[in-house]
Amino acid sequence: MSDATAKEILYRIRRFEPTRDRAPRWQAFTIPRVPGMTVLDGLWTIKQTQDASLAWRSSCRMGICGSCGMLINGRARLACNTQVSEIDAAVIVVAPLPNFDIIRDLVPDLSPMFDAHAALMPYLIRDDAREQERPTGEFSQSPQELERYLQFSYCIKCGCCMAACPTYATDPVYSGPMPLAQAQRYNADGRDGGFLRRRAVLGGERGPWRCHFAGECSRVCPKGVDPAKAIQLMKRDLVWDYIRLRKEQCPAAVMSKPKAGTRRPDIPEPPPRTV
Amino acid sequence: MLRVQGFPNRLGVRGWVGGGRWGMERYLYTLHRLTGLGLLAYFLLHIVVTASRALGEGAWARAMDTVSGGVFKVGEYLVFAAFAFHAANGIRLVLVELGFGVGRPIEPVYPYKTSLDAQRSLAIGALAAGAALAILGAVELLVLR
Repeated sequence: MSDATAKEILYRIRRFEPTRDRAPRWQAFTIPRVPGMTVLDGLWTIKQTQDASLAWRSSCRMGICGSCGMLINGRARLACNTQVSEIDAAVIVVAPLPNFDIIRDLVPDLSPMFDAHAALMPYLIRDDAREQERPTGEFSQSPQELERYLQFSYCIKCGCCMAACPTYATDPVYSGPMPLAQAQRYNADGRDGGFLRRRAVLGGERGPWRCHFAGECSRVCPKGVDPAKAIQLMKRDLVWDYIRLRKEQCPAAVMSKPKAGTRRPDIPEPPPRTV
Repeated sequence: MLRVQGFPNRLGVRGWVGGGRWGMERYLYTLHRLTGLGLLAYFLLHIVVTASRALGEGAWARAMDTVSGGVFKVGEYLVFAAFAFHAANGIRLVLVELGFGVGRPIEPVYPYKTSLDAQRSLAIGALAAGAALAILGAVELLVLR
């Protein structure tokens, strides 16, 4: 742990101003140490008191929006979710997420990740488009069916897993942990019928076969999404499909309202429908 | 969509080895690749050596003479040790990549348990099997022979 009794703390930040710098450079800042401060708090202090030109992305400050992913002392993390006191070093070293081009200072260009995400069709694919646009009821789903994908749906697209993946570090064609985990999130959803369409992408070089379980994506994920697990389960589905042992998934039907039965008098009427 | 030309920041091969803050499976990943490349180099050398037979008995005898030295004996053992690790870890990877041992999806509750924790015993077992094989090989190649 860093020295909690120190009154000041040293930040080393990787800077890059595209109109001025030919390559990134390091800059040091010393700021007052405040109990309970996060790495993001320190960046704000630097911006407010020493260098207003320092750039990064952040929004919610509570690990929800996924904007402030950075390389903090060698590990991809959310700056808002990382206490200065939990870093095992005297100096806080902050750099932009690797494996993405640097737009400026701590701002990475995440567009390749979002392009790969979009290519894997991260939405429910069904034949009944009209039902999806104008729903007449809910799609049936049991708690057990929900559990098959719920973990993967917590992803906030911060890019930490992509920055930590050693395969993505050498292979820009590989989709990477986030898009693949999200593809599995929909493949495992009982309401979805898009496995065969996603398979066209997943079976190729952008698919999960370049993952060899270094596991770093799951280790750095700030939300416990476990992309490595999603990718291995996806591989199993693809293998089962290849040898024709995969059970075909019929998208869940719309639940019909119970036709019989009487309402208990102590249960109030539901609120008016909003959709 | 607005596209900007940023400064390239892809780690490349440094991404395999860099950091020093990684977990066990990351090192197994790197070692698996390195041993794989080592075995490939051995196979290429093996082809070159055995191909010398086509050049006549003299060339074959000279090649055998060259590769029977002490350095090559240790090298041969290192190839075997690399094979032992690569085979044992490869079996682990086949199992894990078919979804065995990684656990079922669970609702993430902090502190998070991941598939890495679920398959850790498999990884330790693979390492132990590889080490046992490497020790047996050492006895055979370096002591008994």
